[in-house]
Amino acid sequence: MAKLHVELVSPEREIWAGEADMVVAKTIEGEMGILPGHAPVLGLLVDGSVVRIKPADESEIISAMVSGGFFSVASNEVSVLAEYAELGGEIDLDAAREEYERVSGLEGEDAALAQRRARARLRAAGQEV
Amino acid sequence: MGAQLRTIRRRIATTKSMAKITRAQELIASSRIVKAQQRVRESGPYARQITRAISALVSHNVGVGHPLLTERTDSNRVAVLLITSDRGFAGGYNANVIREAEGLMTLLREQGKEPVPYIVGRKGVGWYRFREREFAAEWTGFSDKPRFQHAEAIGRTLVGEFEKPADEGGVAEIHVVYTEFMSMLTQTAQVRRLLPLEIEEAEEAPSEQSDGVLPAYEFEPSAETVLDALLPNYIESRIWHMLLQSAASEHAQRRRAMKSATDNANDVIENLTRVANQARQAEITQEISEIVGGANALAESSAGSE
Repeated sequence: MAKLHVELVSPEREIWAGEADMVVAKTIEGEMGILPGHAPVLGLLVDGSVVRIKPADESEIISAMVSGGFFSVASNEVSVLAEYAELGGEIDLDAAREEYERVSGLEGEDAALAQRRARARLRAAGQEV
Repeated sequence: MGAQLRTIRRRIATTKSMAKITRAQELIASSRIVKAQQRVRESGPYARQITRAISALVSHNVGVGHPLLTERTDSNRVAVLLITSDRGFAGGYNANVIREAEGLMTLLREQGKEPVPYIVGRKGVGWYRFREREFAAEWTGFSDKPRFQHAEAIGRTLVGEFEKPADEGGVAEIHVVYTEFMSMLTQTAQVRRLLPLEIEEAEEAPSEQSDGVLPAYEFEPSAETVLDALLPNYIESRIWHMLLQSAASEHAQRRRAMKSATDNANDVIENLTRVANQARQAEITQEISEIVGGANALAESSAGSE
């Protein structure tokens, strides 16, 4: 079966690149699963969401917290361009939890974004929130 | 020891310690160039992808009439962003950027426009302050190690200015003066127009040409929304690119300036050592001739008395 070639990049560096079976990303209109052979798409990522990549080598699913940016799919190449991204494995769980506790009491539009980001960070790290 | 010899020895000592400092600066700069180049490379994939996405959008004709892509005629103010360094000791780095910017501003004034400077880097800010010239905004403290947040902050401010109505001080164009890192040996100050946008092909374009035709994308949620969100990102990525290039150039120029300073110091040490040796030799010769002269005089006077 054809594989997807996936690049997860932020402006500062390439965060992950490799072959994958499936990518799940969240756009404003909902979650989208991308399998090999998907039609070309350019979609905006929700600021403070989780992108999941299922690597082709059957290793563990890679989750990354992303804030802002977009993804493009064309001829089995998936590029996820996040303004800011963090791999689940690189997230400091205690700090993320603390941040989540701190922002969850706040109200307003900025707070909603901060909450979304904090929740995405925890979920990327494999926590149920 | 003679007074002359002592002063020369002291000068040699100070020059030596100065050479040590400049040599250390040179080594630091060289190691940072490598890192800076690495960061330029790492920013490549993002820049390439976003350029491709924007080109795809524009080829679908969704960009027509977008405010960031159209020329403004209602304002004659033009923003000029100068990217200078925070620290000196970098040869002509800042002078070149400032000279280039002055040239650009003169040109703009001749065209009846009113340039408004925005400055990155303490050296540029200092230059303007010293001459008591006005500038609209400054960003300092990161010129040798920029982060994407800085590019984001600068981008937001500039785009904000561009979107303002003319009577609130909105600007019609945004130009950037920065230093492009051509190679280890050449870095040149350059002027680029940032807004209204001209989509530039990514530098590594030839390698992409194999799949020359852009795929017929679907847009999620809609082409207009995607473009609205993407254009500011693209501008930030351009500024990011320029900040990184400038940082690499800064290190390269500092390395070169420090290398020639070290070389000069070594030349000075060599010359001074010669002068010092000569002075020492002259002193010895003088002492010998004094002793010989004294001994002769003594011998003569004692011979006369016998």
